[in-house]
Amino acid sequence: MLRSLQIEPEKCTGCLQCELACSYQAEGVFNPAKSRIKIFTFHDEGRFVPYTCTQCSEAWCMHACPVEAIVLNEETGSKDVLADVCVGCKVCTIACPFGTVNYNQDTKIVYKCDLCGGDPECAKACPTAAITYVDADHTGLARMRAHAAESAGIGANS
Amino acid sequence: MAWTNNVLRVNLTEGSMSNEPLNMDWARQYLGQRGLATKYLVEEIDPSCDALGADNKMIMTTGPLTGTMAATAGRYSVVTKSPLTGAVACSNSGGFIGAELKSAGYDMVIFEGKSPTPVYLYIENDKAELVPADEIWGKSVWAADEWLHKKYQDPLLRIAAVGRSAEKGCLYASIVNDLHRAAGRSGVGTVMASKNLKAVAVRGTKGVGNIKDPAAFMQAVNAGKKVLAEDAVTGEGLPTYGTNVLMNVINEVGAMPTHNMRDVQFEGAGKISGEAMHEPRASDGKPNLTTNAACFGCTIACGRISTIDRGHFSIENKPQYWGASGGLEYEAAWALGSDTGIDDLDTLTYVNFLCNEDGIDPISFGSTVAAAMELYDMGVITKEHTGGVELTFGSSEALSWATEATCKGEGFGLELGLGSKRLCEKYGHPELSMTVKGQEFPAYDPRAIQGMGLTYATSNRGACHLRSYTVSSEVMGSPVKTDPLVTEGKAELVKSLQDANAIVDSTGLCVFTTFAWTLEDIAPQVAAACEGEWTPESMLEAGERIWNLEREFNLAAGLTAADDTLPPRLLKEAAKTGPAKGMVNNLHEMLPEYYEIRGWDEQGIPTTDTRQRLGLA
Repeated sequence: MLRSLQIEPEKCTGCLQCELACSYQAEGVFNPAKSRIKIFTFHDEGRFVPYTCTQCSEAWCMHACPVEAIVLNEETGSKDVLADVCVGCKVCTIACPFGTVNYNQDTKIVYKCDLCGGDPECAKACPTAAITYVDADHTGLARMRAHAAESAGIGANS
Repeated sequence: MAWTNNVLRVNLTEGSMSNEPLNMDWARQYLGQRGLATKYLVEEIDPSCDALGADNKMIMTTGPLTGTMAATAGRYSVVTKSPLTGAVACSNSGGFIGAELKSAGYDMVIFEGKSPTPVYLYIENDKAELVPADEIWGKSVWAADEWLHKKYQDPLLRIAAVGRSAEKGCLYASIVNDLHRAAGRSGVGTVMASKNLKAVAVRGTKGVGNIKDPAAFMQAVNAGKKVLAEDAVTGEGLPTYGTNVLMNVINEVGAMPTHNMRDVQFEGAGKISGEAMHEPRASDGKPNLTTNAACFGCTIACGRISTIDRGHFSIENKPQYWGASGGLEYEAAWALGSDTGIDDLDTLTYVNFLCNEDGIDPISFGSTVAAAMELYDMGVITKEHTGGVELTFGSSEALSWATEATCKGEGFGLELGLGSKRLCEKYGHPELSMTVKGQEFPAYDPRAIQGMGLTYATSNRGACHLRSYTVSSEVMGSPVKTDPLVTEGKAELVKSLQDANAIVDSTGLCVFTTFAWTLEDIAPQVAAACEGEWTPESMLEAGERIWNLEREFNLAAGLTAADDTLPPRLLKEAAKTGPAKGMVNNLHEMLPEYYEIRGWDEQGIPTTDTRQRLGLA
């Protein structure tokens, strides 16, 4: 079963536990600046929105890479950056329509979400289940259920 | 390690900076943040110095866990000598700048001297520079924040700043970071402004590592997160209703300071409670509460983000306040609300926005307004003083006017900026000031919660609930229920909580975790991250060491046992309603026992034995 990150912004409190978990897993330090998942704060609206790579099936980044440094992980569906192949040209960061491939000045190559090899730390760290790792066929199902409940006049948590 | 082992020392007089290693001998004794910075302060300044003079220093400090993934580990403190109390000041704040400072590679920044002209400190990892602040001096915190973000084109720049109130000498000015978190109490913002330091702007991208035993640390962190999630207060009450979940609870036990503490219950409490913030307004059908929000790394998320009705008189012509911003905490709701007799949620949210916008402590401010209202009620303060404003209890218009004037430091606002003690002295009624050591009371009337009387009287920074929150035991029954109306056993309770909180404030964690955590939950996280032996016992002892160090600073600053007292109203005027009806606070039954348990003599001075036992001699 392929799984996918499901993000429900309305549950996010902006605590950055996901960014801390991500950076610690990937870089060995707690460092939101190097996290693959980012929380965006919309202050005047009072909203916090987590955002990261959705692992497109036909990934723009993968197709755009001139040195084939971005490869499909058959098991998880993630598109992974091969650090020793990437030349840091940043073409993938231009190709990605969502901005979820980023460049790291220190390593001089790009980085992106690799689903932690199939056990994403961000989802485990999130205290409000704003980020969950679910059956890829079921992304959006929680929201659909909530709307279904609303349409039937049932409380969303029933 | 967990510490970065790097201190930035900023000489504002010379405009120079230097880096030095953290004193690790002291870190092993005082851990970090509150404890360690207090040690630096004690070693480096004369306690009798003028708090607003160049000889005072101001330390912005993180804890060893700050910036890590431990739940709530985003705290920093500002440690200095307080202009409000003349005692040691240590104000703690959340938000994001503490973790950012750590991620930039610093345990603490020590500010010394006084800049000849307004400046701000800009930090980007190893790069630190003092920059002229002419364009933001005279502006609010929010305006300075916007200007700095625009200048550096960096949305993730974290900023702490002082507002116009601090520049104009308001004695309880706070330092506001991330727009609505604050190192709020004791006038630490006044000290910052006195040094001509407008703001600290930080970008740190190094990250926080150096964890002694990463596997053990993550295990302890995850265990701690689980405890917080499963606790009724930290897992449910606080995220849902914020700290204002207490409004109805404390009102019911008759400990709600009302009308400058003439009363102990407020009939409008239900209208300004955490529950009320969820209710749709009659006017526009929207609730006051927009969302709850977390500080860095916090899995509780007690923060309130609120929106005011656009048609409300306070903001109908002020679109700058139409968006969501930091909403009412319990302390702000009480001080701005029940103490002034105002039960209008939109008014309180508006003045709370202003307190954040220009950096004033809503507790001290609300309490000072309440004292002024009582003086107005008595005919001592008149329309002549207020410029025609009727400063009556319950008047939303008067509170809004008073807040605007105090935030900008204009007219009668300058007198309100003196704080309750100086204001009441000025008008000939010092007995009406609800303060200890010059600092205004927080939201628990000690006639109905006896232990809080001892807490306030002995707090090293003047009246404060965060130094030993006996409410947990006396009202909520955690960890053990004690009777709030009796004094027996409270001396021991206060001492143990004071010691525990002193060390929690030295870790980088939030004291609100202690609704669910004990040192048994915290010590494994500290021990896995830091060098040294950190057990619940050794942490409690370090907390006691910190408490006594603060006490010694205060004694050297000229405070005495005579300052360990409460206003006469609380010792002589009985509560009129509620469970404590007919009671006063019986401080005299607790204080001598407290001194004895502390190992202090009858003058409240730590004995030689105590000093030696704690390594202070």
